[in-house]
Amino acid sequence: MKHLVVAGYGMVAQRFLEAMRQRDAEGAWRITVLAEEGRPAYDRVRLTSWFDGEDLDLGGPPAGVDVRLGTPAVSVDRANRTVNGSIPYDALVLATGSRPFLPPFEGSALPGVFVYRTVEDLKAIKEWASGCRVGAVLGGGLLGLEAANALKGLGLETHVVEFAPRLMPMQVDEGGGAVLKRHIEALGVTVHTGRSCGSLTKGAMHFADGGSLAVDIVVVAAGIRPRDELVDLIRGTRGGYLVDEACRTEDEAIWAIGECAALQGVCYGLVAPGYAMAEVVADRLTGGAAVMAPPDTSTKLKLLGVDVASFGAPHGEGLDVVVSDQINGVYAKLLLTDDAQTLLGGILVGDASSYPTLRACVGGPLPGSPLSVLSGQTSVALSGTAQVCSCHAVSKDHVSSAIAGGCGDVACLKACTKAGTGCGSCVPLLKQLLVEGGVKLSKALCEHFAYSRQELFDIIHIRGATSFTALIGEFGTGRGCDICKPAVASILASMSSGYILDGEQAALQDTNDHFLANIQRDGTYSVVPRIPGGEITPEKLIAVGEVARDFGLYTKITGGQRIDLFGARVEQLPQIWRRLVDAGFESGHAYGKALRTVKSCVGSTWCRYGVQDSVGLAVDLELRYRGLRAPHKIKAAVSGCARECAEARGKDFGVIATETGWNLYVGGNGGFRPRHADLFLADVSTEVLVRTIDRFLMYYIRTADRLQRTASWIESLDGGLDHLREVIVDDSLGLCAELDAMMARHVASYSDEWRDTLEDPKRLARFVSFVNAPDTPDPDISFSVERGQRVPA
Amino acid sequence: MKWFQICTIEILQPERGVAALVDGTQVAVFRTFDDSLYAVGNRDPIGKAQVMSRGIVGTRGTAPTVASPLHKQVYDLRTGECLDLPGIRIPTYPVRCVDGRVEISVT
Repeated sequence: MKHLVVAGYGMVAQRFLEAMRQRDAEGAWRITVLAEEGRPAYDRVRLTSWFDGEDLDLGGPPAGVDVRLGTPAVSVDRANRTVNGSIPYDALVLATGSRPFLPPFEGSALPGVFVYRTVEDLKAIKEWASGCRVGAVLGGGLLGLEAANALKGLGLETHVVEFAPRLMPMQVDEGGGAVLKRHIEALGVTVHTGRSCGSLTKGAMHFADGGSLAVDIVVVAAGIRPRDELVDLIRGTRGGYLVDEACRTEDEAIWAIGECAALQGVCYGLVAPGYAMAEVVADRLTGGAAVMAPPDTSTKLKLLGVDVASFGAPHGEGLDVVVSDQINGVYAKLLLTDDAQTLLGGILVGDASSYPTLRACVGGPLPGSPLSVLSGQTSVALSGTAQVCSCHAVSKDHVSSAIAGGCGDVACLKACTKAGTGCGSCVPLLKQLLVEGGVKLSKALCEHFAYSRQELFDIIHIRGATSFTALIGEFGTGRGCDICKPAVASILASMSSGYILDGEQAALQDTNDHFLANIQRDGTYSVVPRIPGGEITPEKLIAVGEVARDFGLYTKITGGQRIDLFGARVEQLPQIWRRLVDAGFESGHAYGKALRTVKSCVGSTWCRYGVQDSVGLAVDLELRYRGLRAPHKIKAAVSGCARECAEARGKDFGVIATETGWNLYVGGNGGFRPRHADLFLADVSTEVLVRTIDRFLMYYIRTADRLQRTASWIESLDGGLDHLREVIVDDSLGLCAELDAMMARHVASYSDEWRDTLEDPKRLARFVSFVNAPDTPDPDISFSVERGQRVPA
Repeated sequence: MKWFQICTIEILQPERGVAALVDGTQVAVFRTFDDSLYAVGNRDPIGKAQVMSRGIVGTRGTAPTVASPLHKQVYDLRTGECLDLPGIRIPTYPVRCVDGRVEISVT
């Protein structure tokens, strides 16, 4: 068996190992990997998401590969074909990557100066940054903006210093750079273009052109240099092992792939060309004759929430089409040949939705007029050889034949073709190709119903179905599951406003709705009484405190301006709620897919800046919509002036006071995918405001998918915000009267679930620990004490 | 085999579970839509809390199922087999209805 040694274990080496496993089916090669870092290859492209606790794991080495972590290759003896003195090789693949470039300025070795390349770098940055106030990133390229994102995420005032006159000089042009800069400055990052760092001293950075900045941490992201010092071989003019189109160096037993290779003289700092090199070398080592195609340097990324994409060769000679929309912060440039027949490349900033199709058109004609293609109005017919996925070099023909062969969804296409498993930017294109291939994407809720939530809503609405058994008997199969049952329960509740736990409906509810409390990790529940608008009298505050004290509940203030009491056992819930109801509280519906809170700032009553009574409106809105069941939870807020202390733009609906009325914002979100709400109505009266919110909520309840928040619901609507305005303001569907009636019915029939439960012994019967020992606490629940309160042991 | 009476059959609502403490063992007891009875361990082996009785009851294919209320893994009520994560299972116990009384054996 021949021996293959791989020097370096990054993303490209990982890809090479996977390609070898696939191609070397007979096992002709035994493989040893010498890795410098103490961990297997990880996803360096998504390095910044390490700060969010994301797993960057790439799956580890294939079985049978001998990986030596923390054992870098340090010497190569070409004459005897050995690495590190004793490891013989028949073939050596260099995948040593690159190192961050540190510009030579005074003070670059001071503590508090970091580079941005490995997980260890990020750990060091995170550790140092705690307690820091100001951070600067040297370099405004792709990596620099990633690092700026990270510093901002660590809560630092962030500066970006870029020597070139624009951000991302390698990818965008002047116009695109200007739009990008405005976006990034709007996020609170200060951008210094056309400037460079002259020197660093403790606590300060001094610009080369004079002036200085107080900084506590500096991250250098001023480019990378290939690591080409291991073996003495011919190098490219700018470094890197010079390789031919087969990725072979001058030594026929030595190959180089990824960032350490100078392919016909050029080093590529992107992962896609590295992956292509990995495939070529794996093919060569297994008897093939593959050669490198000209590398695709297209990139699309989201930096600090701003889409930036460049594809093909956007900086060359030719005819250009430039769209610069300073109002919406969108910039686009297409470069075509002089005869306007062939797309050479382009740049997109602010909106990169047309990227997958445009990238696939590079080298061929545009499918429509440039402006219509950029605006997404032309649906694009791609040629068969057009590359759909550039990370894995998958052509449209390859995808189409997979669809013809039975692939029926994106997951299957990913498994069969690898398309979409790299950066993921081609997934929308894959969906489009599935539709073009005649595949109907399933809208089925689950195996029991072949309908979407919206279709089920209409069925229940039109047929007047009132029971799950009747519904599933006529329109479904089996007896339901944890997906369709709560969805049907929510629809029934939205429609009838009756008590949600009577009769068969009780069996549909999630445990939270079933016990009207929020289940926690140890099987206990938390209790959240409603505190409308966050306004509470001292007497009620004392009452909450007394209940928490008497039942030994862990107590925490929530983000929605109320109080969460943790650690209640099932059999304690009625006793706790008896006390709370007697003190004037009602259910806060924290357990339901329902309105949670309407948060408020203190408003004009007290605040010297306030222009409207935000607390009063928040209380009114919270009482109006309390108990309203929806496809997902609904959060809201009201701010009394433009300073926006209630953070209303992060909510499903947010209201901000103006001098003469209110501005309404919709579709905001915190959580996993933050989104600022969009301005929907400006300067309207309270009456118009409330009527519009009524319709907004009811239209959402009628048409959204299960567990779809308003933010993604609006994004999924054909026509988006404009469509929404047509339906609920202009009444284009003639639906408004019905929506208004639905809300009127909800408001009129609201009743506190916990009071209703306490008043009925039958409803109370379920609140027992054990059916045969109703008052015996679950013996497995135990607590310890942390910072003076009980927590799960 | 020793049987323990836990409650009358009327107390068991179709497609909803109850927890029972049987000779020191926590058991989740379910009555499905077709009036079959099932008893499984109340402990969620993944969430590690005594909560299985509070899961949503349904079907997957022909199997009667319960979903963990913590992280929604689905278990076959007949065998205790986890249908989402092969290799994980919860114990099952004999259960019967005698003269309107539900009885369980844990030995």
